[in-house]
Amino acid sequence: MSVGVVTDLQHAVEEAAAHLYVWALKEIPPDLRDALAAARDRETSVPGRRVLETIHRNVEVADREHNLVCQDTGIAVYHARVGEHFPLHPARIYEGLRDGTARATVEHPLRSNAVHTITRENTGPNVGYRLPIVHWDFQLDSDELHLKCVPKGSGSENMSFLKMCVPADGVQGIKRFVLESIVGAGGKPCPPGIVGVGIGGSADYAMHLAKEAIMRPVGTRNPDPVVAQLEDELLALLNETGIGPMGLGGDVTVLQCHVEHADTHMTLNPVAVNYQCWAARRASAVVSASGDVAYDGAA
Amino acid sequence: MATHELTFPIVDPQQILALRAGDEVIVQGQVIGIRDRTQIRIFDQGREPPFDLRGALLLHTAPNVREVAPGRYEKICIGTTTSARMVRFTEPLGRQYGVRAICGKGGFPDDAIEPMAQLGMVYLAIVGGAAALETTQIAEIEDVAWEDLMPECLWKFRVEDFGPLTVGIDAQGNSLYRDVQARAQAKLEELYARL
Repeated sequence: MSVGVVTDLQHAVEEAAAHLYVWALKEIPPDLRDALAAARDRETSVPGRRVLETIHRNVEVADREHNLVCQDTGIAVYHARVGEHFPLHPARIYEGLRDGTARATVEHPLRSNAVHTITRENTGPNVGYRLPIVHWDFQLDSDELHLKCVPKGSGSENMSFLKMCVPADGVQGIKRFVLESIVGAGGKPCPPGIVGVGIGGSADYAMHLAKEAIMRPVGTRNPDPVVAQLEDELLALLNETGIGPMGLGGDVTVLQCHVEHADTHMTLNPVAVNYQCWAARRASAVVSASGDVAYDGAA
Repeated sequence: MATHELTFPIVDPQQILALRAGDEVIVQGQVIGIRDRTQIRIFDQGREPPFDLRGALLLHTAPNVREVAPGRYEKICIGTTTSARMVRFTEPLGRQYGVRAICGKGGFPDDAIEPMAQLGMVYLAIVGGAAALETTQIAEIEDVAWEDLMPECLWKFRVEDFGPLTVGIDAQGNSLYRDVQARAQAKLEELYARL
């Protein structure tokens, strides 16, 4: 492999990142549109219906005016699944993602939200120390790079919760913690959104899994039937709380509940909640080994 | 639940007192944009706001804008931020400056209910995240002060058919947020028993 190929491929990753960030902010995916439409049809409270009608109008206006769905351009989060034979090292993939994020921010222009966490000084065009954030995953027998950009708004990210339940709390403890977290969050995370739940692993990994859960297409189910059943049960329970759209009361408190899990220590039972607002922005692409980029609105 | 059209700044306080939690409101006229740092400057650092806030509707926002000339800005995308962080400014905004309405997303905690009832103020809930629509309802950025706080400056917007907003807290001591939480807490006890 020549140095030239590597540079071209890094450039392709940068292009893909820049496009994905802006695309995600402007055009919400079809599965989310369907979920929002179903919510509007199901809601019976007057303020709740008003909220869901307004959301529908907003998505139409964003499409028509090519404007951002929400003004909060978020913190740029990517998921990168690197094929075993993809000919660019993750260290270079990261550079491409960072440079693409910065370029999109400057060229559009987008609001720059990134600050030093203590001094609160702005660190530049939505990049900084350890920003953007990348979730890495690897795939055997593949020469592709699968990228997903999930700009994460602060209103919903501020509604993140972790509890180290004990094994004796069981699955009831998990359900109870998710319920009390979502009721406590009320209207602040812009409901109805997607509740991401991470269970098992360790404290940090549970929250990592909760974030992976909100990245999934709306309404997909965990391949483990035991976990998928928990997703169904939590979804039904959460929509019995009556918090409703924007916390104004109603039938639809959440669009979905996704759970990701990892096996854990026999004495651990961690549960993490990461909320994604109704404007659950998400955009994906596949970069081939030769640098061709195929964008995918459904992944 | 009634629908009201209000023009700000409000001249007749009766128009605010007539609103009830759950009612729909459409706004015309002027809206003042304000955020965390703007209010910290007014109340914690003791700086007088350069705009008259009597009868005003405040909006919790930090807009995406483009500077077209010194001190002149064009909108790019204007949305609304979470209000709960700024609840402690409610009472002094009403008492010292005569603010009549605060618009934001996600609601105010119960601390806002009493000052709003005492001072004849309301909380108007907007749909968070619906910034593309909100931007089309802001006709013009008329003025800006404290540009050093960009984007958390003091903004003056002219709006047309701004909304629909929902009265989240009225001036009679009613709060949709308090009611929704009370019902949800009772429901939680029932749900826990079923787990």
